[in-house]
Amino acid sequence: MSQAGSERSVSAVSLCLGVGFGEILWLDDPLSFWGGTELDTGVITDVHHPQQGVSLVGRVVVMGASRGSSSSSSVLAEQIRAAVAPAAILLGSRDAIVTLGALAAAEIYGTRLPILLLNESGMAGLPRSGSVTVRAAEDGASICWNLQRDTLTPHSM
Amino acid sequence: MAATRSVELWLNAEDEAKLAGDHGPGVAMAMRLVVALARVSQATQLIDIESAHIDGCLYHGQAGLDFIEKLVRLGAKVTVPTTLNVSSLDLLHPGLVRLDPIESAAARRLTDAYVAIGARATWTCAPYQLAGRPEAGTDIAWAESNAIVFANSVLGARTARYGDFADVCAAVTGRVPLAGLHIGENRAPSLELDCSSIPDRVLDHDAAWAALGCVVGREVGEQVAILTGIAPAVVDEDRLKAMGATAASGGGVALFHVAGVTPEAVEAGGAWPCAGLPRIELTPEMLRAARDELTTASVGDELNAVAFGTPHFSLTEFAKLAEVLRDRVPFDPSCTVWISTSREVLAQAKELGYAQLCEAVGAKLVVDTCTYLVPILADSVRTAMTTSGKWAWYAPANMGINVVLGTLTECIASARAGRVIRDESSWQ
Repeated sequence: MSQAGSERSVSAVSLCLGVGFGEILWLDDPLSFWGGTELDTGVITDVHHPQQGVSLVGRVVVMGASRGSSSSSSVLAEQIRAAVAPAAILLGSRDAIVTLGALAAAEIYGTRLPILLLNESGMAGLPRSGSVTVRAAEDGASICWNLQRDTLTPHSM
Repeated sequence: MAATRSVELWLNAEDEAKLAGDHGPGVAMAMRLVVALARVSQATQLIDIESAHIDGCLYHGQAGLDFIEKLVRLGAKVTVPTTLNVSSLDLLHPGLVRLDPIESAAARRLTDAYVAIGARATWTCAPYQLAGRPEAGTDIAWAESNAIVFANSVLGARTARYGDFADVCAAVTGRVPLAGLHIGENRAPSLELDCSSIPDRVLDHDAAWAALGCVVGREVGEQVAILTGIAPAVVDEDRLKAMGATAASGGGVALFHVAGVTPEAVEAGGAWPCAGLPRIELTPEMLRAARDELTTASVGDELNAVAFGTPHFSLTEFAKLAEVLRDRVPFDPSCTVWISTSREVLAQAKELGYAQLCEAVGAKLVVDTCTYLVPILADSVRTAMTTSGKWAWYAPANMGINVVLGTLTECIASARAGRVIRDESSWQ
């Protein structure tokens, strides 16, 4: 994690290029887009998931581990088309299913949902809440936020 | 946690040409995704594949349709023999699937696009039941979790876990990243599951293998396990299909071995399981617990439907069913028996008279799709029974019904009685 004044940032690897901004949302359990989210609304519908009923729309979703059906690529691409997708996805594992959904949507619609891969210390450096800005470019990726937005849940780093 | 170091991907001249558009814009689009997949999976190179199996032909919304129609419009064609997984429609029995007309039309356009790109209109989740299946040791790009685990485990072919978009891009480019289960050292077992305390008589029911798959999925997650202590005489492909499909539903299993049975285990012989491998004992109690976990209704409950053929019913399963049905006792009128299969297997089952016998006692046949994916069962169905662990896994959530996992004999007895019958002696 780097800091400059009240600005904080974490660097990452770009899996799908793009820029996004939104409230961070940590998933408490792994989630499959197919069978776990509603296609038309982007709301978590998995009855076994602790965050059932929470909307992913416009959020910067943190997925520590991946799970689920390979049809999830199609579901994510469709949610990107229908503008009910997350603003960005931050992955803790090399999840090809999620990445391909975003890459396919970029091919068809030119819509870019940034997908970033973080290592363990990058994950630990992220805020638990508040808005973050996500940039994924060819030469690197970062998640930036302003410290004031994070004062409600100070993070130990 | 993922390693975030970058790995250099080396592309050969032909890969570069495809990427540059020398083979047309459709091939270039597919190649961009294959290369992206290679970077995600940290592959250092791409390899040729001998066949592909595509799961993207099931309708999940406009984006999937836009993707394949764009590839077709850009002139892409598959370059290896390619089969198609189930669609959202029964193209041979129109009207059987009750989708709304708009979704039905979109699903039809999706199937047309996949045929236009050059794939065979097989519409089955069990491509391994078709002629010309992959040989051991060959690299293939298969999608659909049960097809993947069968190809890797039972056929000894090599496929990573491909999903939507990756499957058709592999078929168009003929290339996949050298990663995952394409690499020999990733295929060795890292866990032993000792089944020697499960009696042969229990494993002589296909449904026991579905329950076993549920246990395996839970115990191994995404690891490669070797099952030991199983008599080769009680194993057949239908049982390995049932186990793999359930293990892939409940866990992330893409490859398993059975000592003395599956090709790589036979080749390894006494070298597997190697000394010191973690070992877990599986028991009949665990199988019954898995059966009960895959059961949400009670003995004696009114039964409205029975579902066979998830994954698609094979010719040998038709033969086993015909044997049970040969006394021609009809099913209770309140209970409908559904059999999902492929059009190719149905044609063979008709030649041998199995399909006619099933229909004569009241069974209904579904091809090209499956009874847990699209609306086929009557809306009034509250409780259904199945031999399939995969169907039992997904049906309650997909359809809002209760389900009972049972043996073939239990299912037929229950269908005839119109209520759930359990024969505990089959599970002891």
